[in-house]
Amino acid sequence: MQKITISGFGGQGVLSLGKFISYSAIEQNLNTSWLPSYGPEMRGGTANCSVIYSAEEIAAPVIDHPDILIAFNEPSLDKFENAVKKDGIIIINSDIVHKKTTRKDVKFYEIPVDTLAAEINKRGANVYMLGVLLPIFGDITEEAAIHAVEHVFESKPKVIPSNIECLKAGIAYMQKLLK
Amino acid sequence: MKKLWKGNEAIAEAAVAAGCRYFFGYPITPQNEIPEYLSWRLPEVGGAFIQAESEVSAINMVYGAAGAGARAMTSSSSPGVSLKQEGISYIAGAELPCVIVNMMRSGPGLGGIQPAQGDYFQATKGGGHGDYHPIVYAPSSIQEFVDITYNAFDVADKYRCPVMIIGDGMLGQMMEPAEIPPMRDLKDLPNKDDWAAYGHSDGRQRLINSIRIEADDLEQFCNRLFEKYKVIAQNETRSEEYLTEDAEYIFVAYGSVARICKAAVVELRAHGIKAGLIRPITLYPYPSDVIAKRAKSAQVKKFITVEMSMGQMVEDVRLAVNGLKPVEFYGRCGGNVMMPADLVKYVKEGK
Repeated sequence: MQKITISGFGGQGVLSLGKFISYSAIEQNLNTSWLPSYGPEMRGGTANCSVIYSAEEIAAPVIDHPDILIAFNEPSLDKFENAVKKDGIIIINSDIVHKKTTRKDVKFYEIPVDTLAAEINKRGANVYMLGVLLPIFGDITEEAAIHAVEHVFESKPKVIPSNIECLKAGIAYMQKLLK
Repeated sequence: MKKLWKGNEAIAEAAVAAGCRYFFGYPITPQNEIPEYLSWRLPEVGGAFIQAESEVSAINMVYGAAGAGARAMTSSSSPGVSLKQEGISYIAGAELPCVIVNMMRSGPGLGGIQPAQGDYFQATKGGGHGDYHPIVYAPSSIQEFVDITYNAFDVADKYRCPVMIIGDGMLGQMMEPAEIPPMRDLKDLPNKDDWAAYGHSDGRQRLINSIRIEADDLEQFCNRLFEKYKVIAQNETRSEEYLTEDAEYIFVAYGSVARICKAAVVELRAHGIKAGLIRPITLYPYPSDVIAKRAKSAQVKKFITVEMSMGQMVEDVRLAVNGLKPVEFYGRCGGNVMMPADLVKYVKEGK
């Protein structure tokens, strides 16, 4: 089971990154839940979503202690870093977040996804981040993630190839980092 | 095949699959995806979507469509459902079948738009004026929303009464895998020739209203209505029990909160504390018997009712337990959602 909190500004693709993960999980017949923040919090402010996937039934869709936190902006890191469970993972978009976590008991990755994705697709940062996550997850295949990307961009087929390229680049980046 | 569905959209598609062809509503967060979805989906299947000028109009349009024999539905969220109450009472008085969805938000008043369960009293105790109850379902997953919505139109037709499905903003907004059942053929839907007001073309005369001026007539009607509720209680009461067999601490919760309790049960058991959960699926009729049976178990130390309100269903739990065991209450409101850890702490610390 993975419990993932994704947080950032509205417009950074925070909610769709969560959807990519849920769609990927479905591709592999896993159970999944995607719970977005909604309402005034989203309008011009921060957006976040809680994504869980598991081979077992998912009881609560809310997450008190995520295994993984992905922070696309500083307020998100401030808000959620203490909730991350011991030995969990915090990933920041280091193009936007210019500080480190205060936690000593988690793995911390600073990844400039905006810059890295921009070489392929300026709007592909969240798909790049999906790629980054796959080697960490270990149980979601590249194929499932590709299907998820194709599904989410069903109505915009033109953007699919460059997003798949972002996904693959993200996977390669993280595989190298984990070596 | 299972697809990822947002709660609100899953309800909308399940209603279409169930043969609902008429939707009348007025926008309000957090249920807007239901009308939004049906606004394009219903015309595709030869139905009609109308955004009414108000909730009062919308529920009366439901009255009209249901009276004409169609499967009709409306949805709203708490303040909007308050506005519909007069119409729901009239629908109950006219014995018309329909489905009403309430994706609850926090109140009172205009309140907030975050999830809440403060409309339990309104939903289960009648809501509008007079002696009546809608049948009330409280699903806790997207698949259960689908299955219950699909079935709700049959139940409404069978008993000729309004059926209410209640959820909250969390369930409406979240996504989970779900499978929509096959599309019903409208030709197979229940025949309503003996009461529906289709028009004069077949020479019949039909009058559907809820006025009964003579005291004896109205009393007879109310008696008949409540005989019907007894049958409904026998046939339609539904609940789920989770690890209650040997439980010492039993949570009672519905909808999204029941899932949070379920996670707490798992965690408590991992700590060696025997916890369990009773999850009412119908809130009216209420599964009192299931709770009463557990109240008689020697090992049960207490019941803890958990709600996103100041405590409403807890009254029905107390009635069912009938003094045999302590019944405590844990609640959050205002749009706040409790975490499993809060409930674990509550049980462990004995308060």
